[in-house]
Amino acid sequence: MKLRARQPYTGIPRWVSGLAVLSALVVVLPLVAIVARVNWANFIPLVTSESALDALGLSLRTSAASTLLCIVLGVPLALVLARGSFPFQRLLRSLVLLPLVLPPVVGGLALLYTFGRQGLLGGALQVLGIQIAFSTTAVVLAQTFVALPFLVVSLEGALRIGGQKYEAVAATLGAPPGVVFRRVTLPLILPGLASGAVLSFARSLGEFGATLTFAGSLQGVTRTLPLEIYLQRETDPDAAVALSLVLVAVAVAVVALAYGRPGGLQRQGPAPWGGSSRRPTTPGAAGGTVR
Amino acid sequence: MKRGVTTAVAALVLAAGLAGCAGSSAPAGSAGTSSDDAATTLTVFAAASLKSSFTELAETFEAQHPGTRVSLSFAGSSDLATQITQGAPADVFASADTKNMDKVTVAGLAEGEPRVFATNTLAIAVPAGNPARVTGFQDLARDGLRLVTCAKQVPCGAAAATVADKAGVTLRPVSEENAVTDVLGKVTSGEADAGLVYVTDVKSAGGRVDSIPFPEAGAAVNSYPIAALSGAKNQEAAKAFINLVLGSDGQQVLAKAGFGAGGQ
Repeated sequence: MKLRARQPYTGIPRWVSGLAVLSALVVVLPLVAIVARVNWANFIPLVTSESALDALGLSLRTSAASTLLCIVLGVPLALVLARGSFPFQRLLRSLVLLPLVLPPVVGGLALLYTFGRQGLLGGALQVLGIQIAFSTTAVVLAQTFVALPFLVVSLEGALRIGGQKYEAVAATLGAPPGVVFRRVTLPLILPGLASGAVLSFARSLGEFGATLTFAGSLQGVTRTLPLEIYLQRETDPDAAVALSLVLVAVAVAVVALAYGRPGGLQRQGPAPWGGSSRRPTTPGAAGGTVR
Repeated sequence: MKRGVTTAVAALVLAAGLAGCAGSSAPAGSAGTSSDDAATTLTVFAAASLKSSFTELAETFEAQHPGTRVSLSFAGSSDLATQITQGAPADVFASADTKNMDKVTVAGLAEGEPRVFATNTLAIAVPAGNPARVTGFQDLARDGLRLVTCAKQVPCGAAAATVADKAGVTLRPVSEENAVTDVLGKVTSGEADAGLVYVTDVKSAGGRVDSIPFPEAGAAVNSYPIAALSGAKNQEAAKAFINLVLGSDGQQVLAKAGFGAGGQ
């Protein structure tokens, strides 16, 4: 029962390995199935149709915008959650993470009742002449809503691991909080921020339910790639499969960017916490556990 | 301690997984192995718009045929047709359009000719009180009016396009939804000023939307065909159910939901 701590222990029970193979198959097999279904002869025309290109372009644009929004909104939030000390801090953290587990359609409804015509802010927006529903802005809002937790989790993890030693030193040397944040904190959390941003982008790219509920579906305006796939499936399964493959390819590229290279994104920045970067793997911070 | 927790979690996950598997395979198994009262299950795949009427008819059928249980599965017709051609164990298929029924007949999975049991036409749905004061089909093309329709790829969108074409009106919807229920949702929530849905959808929405009938709707009448499937375990029960739908009891229930009478 007692294990000696310092020795790396590599024994894995056989049944665990068996189940691991099974679990890998759960993910890999459907991907193989979709590749097997692709109509390669028509692949290029299918993925370069006007509606497909519109959808892909819209998806990339909106995902980039929502990632940017996630960074702008997420960095302060993560900083406050990791370093601040105020009442209901834990409650706030739980609430912020809620979109991770919420069915996207619920998120869509929540956004509708916030920004919709008859929503919480609907009257105020109408006075200002802003219409959000059925616009590209609605798509970006929906994506930001579901993707923000990924950035906050990644960043909060990086902030906690990083500790505050360097900041403390900078402060004792007379640097005001603004300068400490810009010159010390920001460079330190950059790797965590980058992996969080990549994850947010990936989540935005796959957003479906909230967009469908809140933004609607119109070519070039609100019909992102996942919505286009869902629609094409009605009449042209070949097109749906081809577009699915495009989305899978983009997702693979994004995941590879975040985790694939040895060292990953986490290694680009300074690692003030040294090599002992073993820590509990929260979903977002997992990118940092590379040794 | 920690290990205990891990084991417990693993066991839970495993148990949940097994329970899930058992749950999904149970209906097929129990139908075959039930011994005493020879209870049979009739599985009916029906278009989503038939939900309330077919639920009522299933109860009537069970009352008329003691020992037979009707299991209903509602979804979009194209989803159901795909499931049937992929081997889903259904006994009866009721589609919201002929196109999706054709997929099943072409695959050789229908038993006999499908029969049309109901029709449905489009109506304009507006939020309760009609805030944008829509009075007819021409109004839908008005500048600044937020119209939502189905996409052309789905039956309700194809019908909308046909009607607009015949009426010579160019529609510029702010959103083209995948399902008629999504269109209705945008209207009930007040986001859209008007939506093109079926007469039956307006009925099912109760007082949350007002309906504006328009004569141009006659240009696109949607037929609902029904057929027994060749894979049906109990052909007799399947035929009996279809007869109930086509008979006066069935037609009465369907008319109450807003459907037009079937032609054949």
